[in-house]
Amino acid sequence: MLTLSGQLNTYLVIGAILFGFGIFGLVRRPSLIGMLIAAELVLSGASINFMAFNHFLAPDPTVGQIFTLFIMAIAAAEAAIAMSIVIAVYRNYKSIETDDLTELKG
Amino acid sequence: MNPSLFSPEGLAGVIFLILIGVTLIGAVIATCTQRLIRSVVGLAICFLGVAGLYYFLNSPFVALMELLIYVGAVCVTIAFAIMLAEPDENKLLRKKPGMSGGLSLVCGGAIAYGLAYAGVNTTWVSAGAKVNDGSVKAIGVELLTTFSMVFELVSVVLLIAILGALVLARAGRN
Repeated sequence: MLTLSGQLNTYLVIGAILFGFGIFGLVRRPSLIGMLIAAELVLSGASINFMAFNHFLAPDPTVGQIFTLFIMAIAAAEAAIAMSIVIAVYRNYKSIETDDLTELKG
Repeated sequence: MNPSLFSPEGLAGVIFLILIGVTLIGAVIATCTQRLIRSVVGLAICFLGVAGLYYFLNSPFVALMELLIYVGAVCVTIAFAIMLAEPDENKLLRKKPGMSGGLSLVCGGAIAYGLAYAGVNTTWVSAGAKVNDGSVKAIGVELLTTFSMVFELVSVVLLIAILGALVLARAGRN
């Protein structure tokens, strides 16, 4: 039990659980911001997988770290854009419920 | 093989278990609470745990960046969005109970189980000897040589994200 930190499988399972929580939140949350939070969980599950393979298997242990840094940069850009979209949507509809945004529905 | 509880390795193992607990509790708070501001705090707790896991994976630089960017920037951005848009999830969750919760639990559980099962039951083969030590210096050298193009592209993406956020949030305001 105390040697878990040295095993690849531990990190893979944690990454899978975080990914599952993210999907759970994406389906369950009825508002855009809740879905954004869940999407961050999905990204961080993927990052944990990259870092685990990078530490245990990869011949060049910088590649996974750099990939995780790029994921962080993309996540930051995504959060900024999603926030401004949420604000624009809220200004037009006075709501950020996903059920209310039906203007493009045929 | 099994270290005693009070040896350095044993204490590191205990800290690792605590970090796993922090990560999972944070994820539960982030997805299951009614009020969105609490779920942002849960997200921050979860990222604290993930930063600790990165530290155990021998990359303190990425752990620090996780704290700076995710806890310091992304969570604060989401908190701003919540304050500006004042969503009322309480009312929404009451309006459509049951169905959505069960369905999402099945989806998330099935995907997590499938991924964990596939990961644990595969025999992973190491790709060969390490060519460097993965230190901060090695990361810097790789970023400015092998990955310099991607590095520049990411900075362009961030610049466009800043401009796009400004344009989107300003449109429609007189």
